[in-house]
Amino acid sequence: MAAEAVVTLEGVQALLDGLRRNGYRTLGPTLRDQAIVYDDIATIDDLPRGWTDEQDGGRYRLLRRMDDALFGYAVGPHSWKKYLHPPLLRLWRAEHDDGGVRVVAEPDPTDKLAFIGVRSCEIHALAIQDRVFLEGAYVDPHYRARREGNFIVAVNCGQAGGTCFCVSMGTGPKAQSGFDLALTEIVDTSRHAFVVEVGSEAGRRMLGEIPHRSPTPDELDAADAVVTRTEGAMGRKMQADDVHELLLRNLEHGRWDDVAQRCLTCGNCTMVCPTCFCTTVEDSSDLAGRETSRTRRWDSCFTMDFSYIHGGSVRASTSSRYRQWMTHKLSTWFDQFGTSGCVGCGRCITWCPVGIDITEEVTAIRDSEPR
Amino acid sequence: MVPRIARLRRKRRDGPQVWTLDLELEDRHASEAPRFAPGQFNMLTVFGVGEVPISVSGDPAAPDRLVHTIRSVGAVSSALTRLAPGAAIGFRGPFGTGWPMEETVARDVVIVAGGLGLAPLRPALYRLLADRLRYGRIVLLYGARSPEDILFRSELESWRRRLDIAIEVTVDHATSAWRGRVGVVPALVARADFDPLHAIALVCGPEVMMRFAVAALRDAGVADESIYLSMERNMKCAIAFCGHCQLGTVFVCREGPVFRHDRIRGLLALKEI
Repeated sequence: MAAEAVVTLEGVQALLDGLRRNGYRTLGPTLRDQAIVYDDIATIDDLPRGWTDEQDGGRYRLLRRMDDALFGYAVGPHSWKKYLHPPLLRLWRAEHDDGGVRVVAEPDPTDKLAFIGVRSCEIHALAIQDRVFLEGAYVDPHYRARREGNFIVAVNCGQAGGTCFCVSMGTGPKAQSGFDLALTEIVDTSRHAFVVEVGSEAGRRMLGEIPHRSPTPDELDAADAVVTRTEGAMGRKMQADDVHELLLRNLEHGRWDDVAQRCLTCGNCTMVCPTCFCTTVEDSSDLAGRETSRTRRWDSCFTMDFSYIHGGSVRASTSSRYRQWMTHKLSTWFDQFGTSGCVGCGRCITWCPVGIDITEEVTAIRDSEPR
Repeated sequence: MVPRIARLRRKRRDGPQVWTLDLELEDRHASEAPRFAPGQFNMLTVFGVGEVPISVSGDPAAPDRLVHTIRSVGAVSSALTRLAPGAAIGFRGPFGTGWPMEETVARDVVIVAGGLGLAPLRPALYRLLADRLRYGRIVLLYGARSPEDILFRSELESWRRRLDIAIEVTVDHATSAWRGRVGVVPALVARADFDPLHAIALVCGPEVMMRFAVAALRDAGVADESIYLSMERNMKCAIAFCGHCQLGTVFVCREGPVFRHDRIRGLLALKEI
């Protein structure tokens, strides 16, 4: 897909305006609680302009950039799944009167969602959740209602995070498909512009509504250089080609007990992971028993309740729960959905309070595999 | 994801804390009687309390009567057993794979059940006995905790009077009135009368009991490919979205609950998988 246009800062604002004019709810990165999170945005001033982040195992800090870049940071604790697979969702409510019961499915919102600043790893994460919720024997109607008609504005990363390893996972840093428009931000002393690629008909129509011009060869070179620089600056790497078999061969490796000495089973990694999809349900009733309902909420395989059956939890030990999470992500996901469950975004490393590093755990198992 | 409404028509006590509930769908139309395969399960909701997976324990030839046998152990299962006839119950199903009934034709069928594990096997027994001449020998080996825990007692007694099915019952803890066998159910496999080369085994019970039952069946000469197990895991959705029922590479709700032993052999041997 060739770069087709260049837009300025004003062009990005015009893009937000155009999307809103076309009925989209525009969602994107913004600064809150000392982190870059996803929320409703209306103008480019809502973006974390001039900010970047510093990430490492168990560490996340915001820093001022030397420039005014709009997208000069890696991914934060949020992922787009919070909009497509909400953390808390009422599934239905039931009305009870005179012995009769009427169950009413929860209506889904009808607004069209536009995601601004989606990274390549996140596009892969969307595709992975599509497989889980849309492409199996059953379809999740709530996910489908939110996913249909999304407008994706991708951003090719200009800076690799300290815990990023998308190059290892083959998921970035350049967005190859799955977007409507993709931006590469070029910012230096003399210019601040965005090279635009078109990924869909909807993207082409939208580009037509905003001021743009053709890119110069120099701008195209600069955009390529941004991606190449990011590729070379990954904070982490992981040998992924054989990890499916590696972990299945080593389900009783001593490293699971080793990581269990550090893991707090807090579940942070599952909450920040853009592909983790597990949920539980909670039923409730009003005091009079006239209305009951079922609410679905994100759950984590790190809790004891998760595997509870009569007689106790199947996975009572920390080592078995960490093993479940990591083997699911990197190994059994292939058996279940024909793809990896990991996109190399590094969130689980950054947001682990004790800095457990999935890439390091894989390497440790590989290097000490009993033969 | 939205349950249909069923009504509790009848409840019978089938042991201490165990009740068998007959349900009937309120919105039932002749064309959409929820046919089920022996071994499948449904999701039952007590409104305001929660939802649990429960195996069908009724006769597949009478699918209008939705029969479930429930031990009251958790918040939802005990609420289910406390409901009075006429009460509304949320119903979703049927889900999962069933017992391989086509594979049983012309073969000896060995059924090994422990405790409440007899409930999901009863539909298979109904199917076998309804068409008895299609099968070889039929052997039911059943273990219960104590004589009073024996499920479907009067039915077992009437089947035992038949000459075309061998039924052995054992208990872990006997009372002074008990005249039957004492011990664990896998121990019954060695002396059961069947042809291991042409037998198919259907096994359901606590996981540890199934591990020993499989070992006894293999010792007797039954091939891994002829042994089927019904697995239990926590379930919140039954449609492979909630993630709770994962067993290594599989979802118990989707690829199970009935598995051919050789397909999960490696997983069954692992602790806490």
